[in-house]
Amino acid sequence: MALTLLKNLVRSLAVLLVVTFATFSLTFGNGPGIARAVLGMNARPEDVQREVIALGLDQPLLVQYGNWLKGALSGDLGASFYTGQTVTNALSSRVPVTLAIVVITLVLTAALSVLLGVTAAVKGGWVDRVLQFLSVLGTAVPAFIVAIVLVFAFAIAWRVLPATGYVSPEISLSGWLASVTLPVVALLIGSMASAAAQFRTAVLDTLSRDYVRTLRARGISERHVIFRHVLRNSAAPGLTVLSLTTFSLLGGAVFIEQVFALPGMGQLANQSAQINDVPMVMGTVLVTIVIVLVVNFLGDLATTVLNPKARTR
Amino acid sequence: MTENPRRGVLVRLLRNPQGAICLVYLLLVVLVAVTSPWLAPTGPSVTELDATSAPPFTAGHLLGGDGAGRDILSRLMWGSRQTVLACLIILAVSVVTGVLSGLAAGFYRGRFEAGASFVADVIMSLPGVVLLIALYALTGPNIPVAMAAFGLILAPTYYRLVRSVVLGVRNELYVDAARVVGLPDLRIVGRHVLWAVRAPVIIQSSFVLASGIGIEAGISFLGLGDPAAASWGIVLQESFNGIYNNPTAVVWPALVISLTILALVLLGNALSDVLQASARSKPLSPRARRAVLKAARREEVEEDSILVGSSDDVVLSIRALRVAYPVGGEIREVVHGVDLDVRRGEIHGLVGESGSGKSQVAFSTLGILPREALILGGSVLLGGDDLLEDGVKMRAARGRRIAYVPQEPMSNLDPSFTIGKQLAYGLRAVTSLSAQQARERLVELLTRVGINDPGRVMGLYPHEISGGMAQRVLICGAVAADPDVIVADEPTTALDVTVQAEVLELLRELSRERGLAMILVTHNLGVVADLCDVVSVMKEGRIVERADVETLFESPREAYTKELLSSSRSVELMEIQP
Repeated sequence: MALTLLKNLVRSLAVLLVVTFATFSLTFGNGPGIARAVLGMNARPEDVQREVIALGLDQPLLVQYGNWLKGALSGDLGASFYTGQTVTNALSSRVPVTLAIVVITLVLTAALSVLLGVTAAVKGGWVDRVLQFLSVLGTAVPAFIVAIVLVFAFAIAWRVLPATGYVSPEISLSGWLASVTLPVVALLIGSMASAAAQFRTAVLDTLSRDYVRTLRARGISERHVIFRHVLRNSAAPGLTVLSLTTFSLLGGAVFIEQVFALPGMGQLANQSAQINDVPMVMGTVLVTIVIVLVVNFLGDLATTVLNPKARTR
Repeated sequence: MTENPRRGVLVRLLRNPQGAICLVYLLLVVLVAVTSPWLAPTGPSVTELDATSAPPFTAGHLLGGDGAGRDILSRLMWGSRQTVLACLIILAVSVVTGVLSGLAAGFYRGRFEAGASFVADVIMSLPGVVLLIALYALTGPNIPVAMAAFGLILAPTYYRLVRSVVLGVRNELYVDAARVVGLPDLRIVGRHVLWAVRAPVIIQSSFVLASGIGIEAGISFLGLGDPAAASWGIVLQESFNGIYNNPTAVVWPALVISLTILALVLLGNALSDVLQASARSKPLSPRARRAVLKAARREEVEEDSILVGSSDDVVLSIRALRVAYPVGGEIREVVHGVDLDVRRGEIHGLVGESGSGKSQVAFSTLGILPREALILGGSVLLGGDDLLEDGVKMRAARGRRIAYVPQEPMSNLDPSFTIGKQLAYGLRAVTSLSAQQARERLVELLTRVGINDPGRVMGLYPHEISGGMAQRVLICGAVAADPDVIVADEPTTALDVTVQAEVLELLRELSRERGLAMILVTHNLGVVADLCDVVSVMKEGRIVERADVETLFESPREAYTKELLSSSRSVELMEIQP
């Protein structure tokens, strides 16, 4: 078990290096363009040249990446080309916004989709049909369109909740709750629909197993068969569903932050990419990958603990 | 189904209302995309002062105008060109990359497979949009490149799909045969594997296109699209920015994007219904189920009863049992009125080929048929109670008075609980024993079924014991509550030959010791000769012959029984002479 986890850890580090390097390569090569953008369109060529050197953009790719990596290891992710704000400083205010939305949505998704998925699988009949239909609908409409509909409803028609903007919880807890409610709902609809459908499949799969039939034949009540045996055996695929949900929520948050004008990580990534602010883009990519890898690692850990075969090996 | 499967796909898709509507809608979108240069009322960037933020249904501007005075309908029509183009790029890149790498990985395995699977895992776990944003820094507003990159991000879904199909097909006979004949690998791939993966790839494409439309609209909405090109996402973004001036303008792009994605998702579902309409039966809707059962009750069942022996001492009797499954729109009856009596201490063999309905009879007596099964009629009488009539009585009898020994021991133990735990759960569900008493009883019983160190075995998980031991555990679970009848479904088929004999001996002893009646479902006539007192031969859902075991083996009446006997002898001969 320890060996499996160690392997996962090594693998995670490899992914981290590969993806950051790939991203770095994508942003490489446009030194003069960036320098001109920083200095303004009327900058003289020699100033541009000086700025390229000042920003370190004249160095070879590997050297630039090496410098970035060295800095990253010591907690220094560089500073914005434009504002001079350090990346860690920017991230420290941005990441909590995104994480709060993603985590709240994830917790609600887990609770509701397990409930709906299990109900649909166990009840069958019209309950199943209605839930399946709603789930197709919820999965099909992208989160940002749901978000737009919500803004439409709350900004134009029914001004109960703030349609856009963000209030820090330090300023007002109720204001914060109000400002994250609509973003969470927008993300929740799609993630819940797709997770519930996957939970349903997982539970149906477990229900079709031979041992479920044998447990029933042994006289164990249906309630116990479902809640003790079927749920326990559907837990591992369920965890996979939740980790995949986390990844799609991280992606969805980018759009949601745009719609609701939330100062999150996705917004930072988007704004920075549009002005070629490489250190900021790298910072957001790094944080995203680290979150993904941590979730993956925790998921693997939980699956290992849940699976007697992996545990006793 | 009798339809030609190749020609039938489109026909069946069009007959499926959901599929037909989606297909028509999507064709309409493509048609608009192709014809918009001629059909659109104005060009995509033509501005008119009086159209500025015009509400919908104003003259000349059916859907109104945007903040810059451009006709929204025209922009959406032109936008469908961008959308269709984006979809084509995504589809081409993802299908080509995913299918080819999947084929190669599944076919050649080895390092390529390991590497490709690693890359696929990495890509699938990353939020694609973050990578697309990073890519923007390199390319600027360039939708075709972004879509090609998104195609690569989606390629792993094809990769996984194709790889798993290839791995399945690879070992199947027809590829082996092709290899023996000496066809080159490429031709093998082309002929057989692509044929096998076409259906899942087509279905997947529908879902890939759906997410393609979503992402194209999404990144245009983020402002990463090309503002000069009117795409649905751009129109959405511009309308959204002007939502306070002209709130209804945002409705149209949002609607057209959502509807198109929905149509693609529903088309994918319809396609998978049509293309993967396998023999697997699905549960009927509750209404259809009631209708079928009602119709079945009205039918007269005329069955000539072929019961033998006296009727006293009968523990369990099955009367006129009929079981059916819904298969592809029709109701297929697999058990046509079966009668069967089991007496105290009697081992009653139920033999027949696979598919003869013998396991269905066994499951019916325990009320453990799959959910989609329909019991069209008949009764299972245990001590005067009809168990099929009353679910409460069935549940009360199950595990207490009738017990079950399954076929495949390993898959019939819950992998997540120790042997001791799952046996105790079962025992305590049907008795009022305390945990301690249940444990003592189980230790005693496990010893009885031939497990030497029950204390240790109870602490093990199913994957830690052998198949023979697992079957002993299951037999222990069946007899734990001291039932009157045991239904054993091929109890030795999955076991090694030496273990088979021991398990059969155990069943015989238990039957004698406890006066247990037993229904032994098997296709193995050797087992029947060894163990059974009475034999019923089943064929195509009916019992065709019933006799005590000596009579059946010495003078079988039915031609089918003779055939069964002679074929089982020739199998034995083959086993002797390898």
